[in-house]
Amino acid sequence: MDETLAEFIKRTILKIPMTEMMTVLKAWDFLSEKQLQTVNFRQRKESLVHDLVLLCEEKCASVHDAALLDIIYTQFHRHQKVWDVFQMSKEPGEDIDLFDMEQFKSSFVKILRRALKNVTVSFRDAEENSVWIRIAWGTQYRKPNQYKPVYVVYYSQTPYVFTSSCQLKSNIPLLGQNFETHNTTVPLQERTLELDIHMDSRIIHENRIEKERVQRVTQETFGDYPQPRLEFAQYKLETKFKSDFNGDILAERKEPLRCLIKFSSPHLLEALKALAPAGIADAPLSPLLTCIPNKGMNYFKIRDK
Amino acid sequence: MSVLRPLDKQPGLNTATILLVGTEDALLQQLADSMLKEDCASELKVHLARSLPLPSNVNRPRIDLIVFVVNLHSKYSLRNVEESLRHVDTTFFLGKVGFLITGAGREGHCSIHRNTVVRLARTYRSPLLFCDLEVEGFRATVAQRLVRMLQICAGHVPGVSALNLLSLLRSSENPALEDV
Repeated sequence: MDETLAEFIKRTILKIPMTEMMTVLKAWDFLSEKQLQTVNFRQRKESLVHDLVLLCEEKCASVHDAALLDIIYTQFHRHQKVWDVFQMSKEPGEDIDLFDMEQFKSSFVKILRRALKNVTVSFRDAEENSVWIRIAWGTQYRKPNQYKPVYVVYYSQTPYVFTSSCQLKSNIPLLGQNFETHNTTVPLQERTLELDIHMDSRIIHENRIEKERVQRVTQETFGDYPQPRLEFAQYKLETKFKSDFNGDILAERKEPLRCLIKFSSPHLLEALKALAPAGIADAPLSPLLTCIPNKGMNYFKIRDK
Repeated sequence: MSVLRPLDKQPGLNTATILLVGTEDALLQQLADSMLKEDCASELKVHLARSLPLPSNVNRPRIDLIVFVVNLHSKYSLRNVEESLRHVDTTFFLGKVGFLITGAGREGHCSIHRNTVVRLARTYRSPLLFCDLEVEGFRATVAQRLVRMLQICAGHVPGVSALNLLSLLRSSENPALEDV
């Protein structure tokens, strides 16, 4: 096993938190039970990793084994990545093909290899008919860089593909969505109105009815479940300037004003949901903001009618 | 009547009622809690309202002091206060109205200029207090001041009336800032 590979395996294992170490190694299924038993998991992490790497060397781990470990680590830590979603569209007249996973994988590799020889492609099947594809890119003269792979997750029964790095900007970006598998067994969260926490009778809320209306409208708009994680929304305005004042210079302009508004947040949709209850905006919010989950878009162009 | 008047009701025995008006309910709630923690001989009542006018079919005590809360981070909160001010009778502005401004500490987030609220308070001849309500220590201090002001406005401090307090507060202002 060459040095660079050993180093890569070492760094990948080092990333794994100690609490997850056993789970990840078992999922990897490369080192046998017997081998794992020979390792002391209570020692310091550096020494543990050192021992594990030696075992990998004994078993002659390959680049593909290491790549598989990387996929498993990323699957456990998918929330740490920013994902773009692409929606595949069908040409009119195309039939729905029966999907064969193995055929998909082999043609995928073939297509990539045709473009570039130095590429490492690895697959791992996952839940709900999905496949995780890890691609490490090299160049014509350099071996693939294993430290900057791209992940593609394809749910075969859907037209959606998630990618983890967008070096190639495509034409139809959808939501940058953290794909939690929306489990219908998640129980409805208990919604406690903040009013109930402060039961001091010396505090009287004059606008209780309004508060309840705002909560109701917010719930109708956003629902009870956590919002999909979105990090930004962008609005390109090409509209004429509208003003209440007569004789405003800007209002006389014939050309539309061009302006770009970008909202960014660690969790944009939850932030929007919190606006009206926090008293920062009126409820209901502008449909330009609330339509994001329905339309599945977060890039908008707004023009005058 | 949709206009608040200071003397349209009988006072409650030993009761002092403050009305906090502002869009950010969480901040008002915290301020109310801080005020009620203060040791006070009077029985305090805190009414929280998002805006004026207040709902009309409600039985409420006489309001002794109105404090309008503006968050410098939110133009929406300023607009709300400006609209609410229209529903307050002019006689309230004889020492029974105050403005409380929060958010000045985080200048990068401010979308309202300090001078705007200074001018607002001056227009309405009412005291202006700055306090970052999100900071517990500052909030406790302003709560203390508001409780003292409230007691005076309710007439619970012998020898000092709301109007006395108002002129005391005004004379300590920089004379250059007075009427332009």
